Amino acid sequence: MNAIFTIIALLVAIAACGWVFRIAGQKFTQNRPYFRDMTFGVAFGYAFAAFALVALIWAYLQAQSSDPLVANKYFFFGKAVEGFLIFAVAAWLFRLLGRAVGTAGTRKLFRSMPLTASFGVLIIILYAIVAIFAGVIAPYGQEEILGAANVVPGGDPALGGNPEFPLGTDQIGRDILSRLIYGAQNTVGIAFATTLLAFFIGGSLGFLAATLGGWLDQLLSRVVDALMAIPSLIFALLLMTIASVWSNQVGIPLTYFMILIIAVIDATRVFRLARAVGSSIVVMDYIEAAKLRGEGLTYLIFREILPNATAPLLAEFGLRFCFVFLTIASLSFLGVGIQPPLADWGTMVRDLGQFINFAAFAPQVAVTPLLAAGAIALLTVAVNFVVDWMLHKSSGLKE
Amino acid sequence: MSGLLKIIIQRLFLGLITLLVVSVIIFTAVNLLPGDFAQAILGQGATEEAVAAIREQLGLDQHPVQRYFQWLAGALQGDLGTPMSQALFKSFAGTNTGESDVTVLSQIGPRFANTMFLAAVTAAIAVPLSIFLGILTALYRNSAFDRAMNVFTLSSISSPEFFLAYILILFLAVLNPIFPSLSNIFEGMAFGDRLEKTMLPALTLTLVVTAHMMRMTRAAIINLLASPYIEMARLKGLSPMRVIVKHALPNALAPIINVVALNLAYLITGVVIVEVVFVYPGIGQLFVDSVKIRDIPVVQACCLIFAAAYILLNLTADILSIISNPRLRHPK
Amino acid sequence: MSQLLKIRGLKIEGRSDETWNPIINGVDLDLNKGEVLGLIGESGAGKSTIGLAAMGYTRDGVRISDGSVEFEGVDLVTASAAVKRGLLGSRIAYVAQSAAASFNPAHRIIDQHTEAPTQHNVSSKADSEADGMELYRRLRLPNPNEIGFRYPHQVSGGQLQRAMTAMAMSCRPDLIIFDEPTTALDVTTQIEVLAAIRDIVEQFDTAAIYITHDLAVVAQMADKIKVLLRGDEVEEADTRTMLSAPTEDYTKSLWAVRSFERPAKPAINVKATPIVSVQGVTAAYGKVDVLHDVSFDIHEGRTVAVVGESGSGKSTTARCITGLLPPRIGHIEFEGVQMPLDYRKRDKMQLRQAQMIYQMADTALNPRKTIGETIGRPVEFYMGLTGKEKRKRVEALLDEIELEPSQYIDRLPSELSGGQKQRIGIARALAAEPKFIICDEVTSALDQLVAEGILKLLAKLQDELGLSYMFITHDLATVRAISDEVVVMKDGVVVEQGPKLDMFQPPHHPYTDLLLSSVPEMDPDWLSNLLESRGVDNIGDAAVDKM
Repeated sequence: MNAIFTIIALLVAIAACGWVFRIAGQKFTQNRPYFRDMTFGVAFGYAFAAFALVALIWAYLQAQSSDPLVANKYFFFGKAVEGFLIFAVAAWLFRLLGRAVGTAGTRKLFRSMPLTASFGVLIIILYAIVAIFAGVIAPYGQEEILGAANVVPGGDPALGGNPEFPLGTDQIGRDILSRLIYGAQNTVGIAFATTLLAFFIGGSLGFLAATLGGWLDQLLSRVVDALMAIPSLIFALLLMTIASVWSNQVGIPLTYFMILIIAVIDATRVFRLARAVGSSIVVMDYIEAAKLRGEGLTYLIFREILPNATAPLLAEFGLRFCFVFLTIASLSFLGVGIQPPLADWGTMVRDLGQFINFAAFAPQVAVTPLLAAGAIALLTVAVNFVVDWMLHKSSGLKE
Repeated sequence: MSGLLKIIIQRLFLGLITLLVVSVIIFTAVNLLPGDFAQAILGQGATEEAVAAIREQLGLDQHPVQRYFQWLAGALQGDLGTPMSQALFKSFAGTNTGESDVTVLSQIGPRFANTMFLAAVTAAIAVPLSIFLGILTALYRNSAFDRAMNVFTLSSISSPEFFLAYILILFLAVLNPIFPSLSNIFEGMAFGDRLEKTMLPALTLTLVVTAHMMRMTRAAIINLLASPYIEMARLKGLSPMRVIVKHALPNALAPIINVVALNLAYLITGVVIVEVVFVYPGIGQLFVDSVKIRDIPVVQACCLIFAAAYILLNLTADILSIISNPRLRHPK
Repeated sequence: MSQLLKIRGLKIEGRSDETWNPIINGVDLDLNKGEVLGLIGESGAGKSTIGLAAMGYTRDGVRISDGSVEFEGVDLVTASAAVKRGLLGSRIAYVAQSAAASFNPAHRIIDQHTEAPTQHNVSSKADSEADGMELYRRLRLPNPNEIGFRYPHQVSGGQLQRAMTAMAMSCRPDLIIFDEPTTALDVTTQIEVLAAIRDIVEQFDTAAIYITHDLAVVAQMADKIKVLLRGDEVEEADTRTMLSAPTEDYTKSLWAVRSFERPAKPAINVKATPIVSVQGVTAAYGKVDVLHDVSFDIHEGRTVAVVGESGSGKSTTARCITGLLPPRIGHIEFEGVQMPLDYRKRDKMQLRQAQMIYQMADTALNPRKTIGETIGRPVEFYMGLTGKEKRKRVEALLDEIELEPSQYIDRLPSELSGGQKQRIGIARALAAEPKFIICDEVTSALDQLVAEGILKLLAKLQDELGLSYMFITHDLATVRAISDEVVVMKDGVVVEQGPKLDMFQPPHHPYTDLLLSSVPEMDPDWLSNLLESRGVDNIGDAAVDKM
């Protein structure tokens, strides 16, 4: 009750500040149109933003407090603010770099790029490097058991850490940093392969349906409708149950089944898009002209339709990748996805999840599950930022 | 009006057909198991008798088509079969105990109610919040507020549910003990307690669903505000409030209703992960547990329920947006 | 006469790629009470932008950067939002191009009509409703007491446009901005809307700015005319002076477009085999017949114009000839040889014979292919030329359509103007070396000067290469300019056909007559004379219905 009262009082105070701000603005600028026509909502927004900024700075200063209890409480908040600032500066520097070097084309691209998109591109590049060179970067192997189990992250021996394992070790003594790095290779690699497969299946069938039309289109569309009527994660879990039995019997690792299952489920979504994009191109007059010229099906698909479908397909590839990546992470988190001993982020979150509860008195212990989950989130956020920018750009061009 | 009614009946019929097809898919998928699943689950070492007993318990000795119709007829009457665990127990005990039978339905029933409660709490928070924010960002599009919201919603859409869940646990349960991090809900609990325990899972789902709903509402409203009749209303010298309330909202209703229903359908997938993280005794958790122990009858039943809810919500979205379209409501 | 509107040094900028680019570069405008000013110009001239700015309004991404817009002494550029709201709707009203899109689909027409008067406290809802019906009657809308209670989508386009004019009149404003109100309508419908607008503006002595690209229309409506070109004023004068004695070259060239006409060719040799012969074609979309027993011939080196309003079956006939829509009854002959009905059954040489040029050059060219690739493909496909030979042929074709080869061959369609794209479409058709080309409304999406260039090019190519054209159009001025024979269509039936000279001379089929007389002429008295001769109740849809 008290909390609700505080919140209401705070809102009223902010509203009053906004009101004063608007009047002051009108007074000091001799009624400039900006302040004259300012709605109260906008004035409130300014006051609210100012309040939020002050609260943010206050909380950040708390994290630097000498009292360990207070500092612990705001430890994660402080780190989040620092992380945000570091990423923002890195993205800004990266964009500066992109504007200065490279071909005329890429320089132009970077000039029109918002900070979120350059952040996205930077993160994607970093992940790609880590995934490809995981074997070189990681200090230990992903399956290597190194003796000391449950070493606390942070590398401070006084707190139960070990400088050799900066992020500590897990319950059976594997280096968490190495497993995080190999996780990039496994999780991202498998998701990427799955998305490629989904695109190959869904894309080719979609374009075929759009170009040929008729009964093939009807048949494929109805099948896809039916498959899409089952929520994808639920369907994936059902099929994984069955696949796990098969996997035991035929001796093919479950991971291969998972790739196939998720690829097929996601191919239905790709099919929808490819068909929609394809059909909107097929009705164009230049396709009619090509048909009337007597061109064959391959020429139509590869030379006339595909080149015009690359932009929406690329954006869809980004979104699909995120979706596949999250589905795999979720399955792994639930224990039916990527199987041990392969290192993978979803499984790591599940295994280390309970350490969150120690956050109040030993924040560094709670860091590891958040790092693994954050690694997943960071990549999908990055891809989404880039895709959002691409979509915005292509819709802007049409206007 | 008759034209409208006809379309609605058509859609309902179509929904029914879809549900039927989905039930066939689910049933067929389960029957793709090598051999039959009695054998598969008991393993190679099981005795002939044990396998035969399980087969009989689950009716596996009949033809698949016959079994499908039996299953469907049962499902329609609320009988979803016997869970594997129970069948195993019976086959080992060798007796049919009668009254104290655990059926799939008795397992799912209370959990289904819990899940519905979670979904309802989430919707109660998420729907008004996202429509309000969606309209606000559309009105102040390209402002600093809009851009900040865009970054925020994109981030929460792209984050896995368990990440958001752990962040909320960290800040709202561990560092600031406001809500409990475990949702141990039981029958006969007071409504207030129940609400408190449901808060964190509901907030997690709210974060995801609100982001989706808000972005879609924003897009729908912006699309609408660009239409010539809104320009016309402004050029008539109407107040901004009247332009929104009288001219934009009646036309925005159809897309917004659509967005809400679609996102509630999306909740269904989200519920699975969130229930596992918070150990919330809902149907999602039961589903995951059954997947792990390969309790096929339960998996099959859960799947059907999820799919039915999903189809129903999509159908609702469809029908509501047809009803709220003035062009269809007042035919030529 | 007192001055109503005074615009001085108006500069407007539009935003693209994060920078502000000028749209209007300092235009002055004066308007007295009860006066009608015609604003004309080609696309991109900034007509609509000025029209909206006269209301103190700019669209998203557009801003007034300098100048003043004074309405009875109030500068709308610096006025507060509340002051502007008080004027808009009650003193200044707006009539948009598309009434169908500008009426709110969720409310009845009459409720939208009464909104401005009640909100501005001009009159009560009941009074305004009664006044609305009176206005509908004066605008000659059918069922004036009932039509307002319908929803916008239940009323036809021409009627909606008049209902919107009534709505603009609801507060008896001093000034109405008409933004191309008849552009989207068929010629026969256009007449009645024009007549209605002119009457009502005269009756209430309302000042108006009438924006259009059609000179003949503006000649009927305006007291004075201002010509715009890319955001600058070219000249302004009263209507009669402007029409009879324009001073600027640009204006003169605009006026001259209408006078382009090819000399008539000698009569057809009746015995010769026609290049294309359409014989008794009946065709259907699904189960509904859209063409009924259509027959006509196209002879070597001649242009047959197929004329009709939207929905008359012109383009469907073209689809039957190309084989995209196989006829249900009847057949198509090329040089006396019967063609397979479906294009998929025709061989390469048969397909080569009939080429198409499309209305929308934007959708007719693959945006991802360079000009060289687009024109080169048929050269390679039909003639088997590759490498240097192919390039040489493409260059020759570009020369033919009067585009400098070295400059254009590697460009993408997005780097060309509308007229240039249309020329590429022509070159692609020529590349197949056909005898027969179907031109489907090839000039209707273009500005008049550009369209004239295309027509002249087509005429030149016909003379050089002996091509035959089937020229589909709804514009009778184009027919007069280029055709040798004319086929008039209505509702899927050929109403009348014959040599052009006969067609433009009476007696006609009544529908041809109606079409011909509905095309606005540059004579400012044309509309008055027409209304006098037809009688006010016998124009537009009413006249069509009587046939």
